[in-house]
Amino acid sequence: MPHSLTPPLTAARLVIARDLTLAFRRPEQLLQPLAFFVMVTMLFPLSVSPELSQLRAIAPGVLWVAALLAALLALDFLFRDDAQDGTLEQYALSGQSLTWLLLGKTAAHWLLTGVPLSLMAPLMGYTLGVPPAASAGIMLTVALGSLALSFIGSIGAALTLGVRRGGVLLSILILPLAVPILIFGSRATELAIHGEAYVAPMELLGAIVVLSFTLAPLAAAAAVRISLE
Amino acid sequence: MTWVWFHRLGSPPYIYRLAGRLTPWFGWIAAVLLLGALFDGLVIAPPDYQQGDGFRIIYVHVPTAVLSLTIYTSMAVAAAVGLIWRIKVAHAAAAACAPVGASFAAVALATGMLWGKPMWGTYWVWDPRLTSELLTFFLYLGYMGLRASFDDLQRADRASAVLAIVGVVNVPIVKYSVVWWNSLHQGSSLSLTGKDTIATPMLVPLLVSMLGFTLFFAAIVLVRLRAEVLRRERAASWIGEAIAT
Repeated sequence: MPHSLTPPLTAARLVIARDLTLAFRRPEQLLQPLAFFVMVTMLFPLSVSPELSQLRAIAPGVLWVAALLAALLALDFLFRDDAQDGTLEQYALSGQSLTWLLLGKTAAHWLLTGVPLSLMAPLMGYTLGVPPAASAGIMLTVALGSLALSFIGSIGAALTLGVRRGGVLLSILILPLAVPILIFGSRATELAIHGEAYVAPMELLGAIVVLSFTLAPLAAAAAVRISLE
Repeated sequence: MTWVWFHRLGSPPYIYRLAGRLTPWFGWIAAVLLLGALFDGLVIAPPDYQQGDGFRIIYVHVPTAVLSLTIYTSMAVAAAVGLIWRIKVAHAAAAACAPVGASFAAVALATGMLWGKPMWGTYWVWDPRLTSELLTFFLYLGYMGLRASFDDLQRADRASAVLAIVGVVNVPIVKYSVVWWNSLHQGSSLSLTGKDTIATPMLVPLLVSMLGFTLFFAAIVLVRLRAEVLRRERAASWIGEAIAT
């Protein structure tokens, strides 16, 4: 007789709790994307000019490109460990909706990479000459943008699961799809830096978030199943 | 209505023979139409009052640009059919579409750049339409890259199918980028419902050329599909008979 299943929302929450616990036991994986983000940002004063007025002009683009690259780097290990030790297979066999479980996994991934990145972004912005008054705006836009990116990226991470050296391929697959996030995100950040209302691009960013977190887990679940075949 | 014709399309020997029979039809009609359209467009049509003879590049640029998106959509539809009904031939068709679509996107970009130099004074601007067409090109590359990175054909088929379907979101973005953003790229001169904003002597060769390029695409894809089917079914017994005849 089949026992009753945990409701999908609870299951997703359990997955989030599990992934957070695992991540905090190995904190170096958490710090790597952050260090990468700081280092990429650091390259711009070194390569363009240390002049604050110039840096301020390119700050939104720099912050977003660096955050995008750091988030992409982190995506590579979104599913990898769980695929290797068979956890994903157990998820697929559990009878629980794989879509919900992956929704939980991706949400946990965002909490572990997107949120730290968005907390770090105003700090790095400050080093590029961005006034501290814009901090809340930068934090908010990077948080929303990285949320959408985590979900869109989960499709790519799932698709490249069985691929040797899938890291570069993952970037090639995901970057074209991440372009709208970059456009609206850097636009919102730019407006925030100039102290103007950044609601309009934020709303578009929010629309992308809603679209990606409702549809991407479906595609990611399909991709994970393919990789398990 | 019976679905026999549809299920028959899923049979590799049937599609192999059908594609073989259709290819010359599409190919020759495409050749005639394209030669006619190019002669009409390059020689007979009057020069544009603003762009002079430069506008004539639309007879290659517009059909390839439109088709690069249409091919992506057909590729995604074929991939979806393959994924949902598990029809191997549909995956083969999607695989056959990708390099053709990538080439069309490349031709559209190249002709656009050649036109841009005298008209805009530069080969390239970071304009939404140009950028999103470039992204279409990269989506094709990603699709082919993903396909090539699996050893197992079935997994390559199914994984790349998911990617093709996800990538469809890019198609409306390219199509409407001229409308949504203030683009340097001019808007479309053609419209299905409204009045075309192009003079008839210039329009006729354009429409003929679009039809010609579409048939040309069909002919190429059928040839590629046959090759793809041969490669996939190389162990099957019907291949011997098919090649012998």
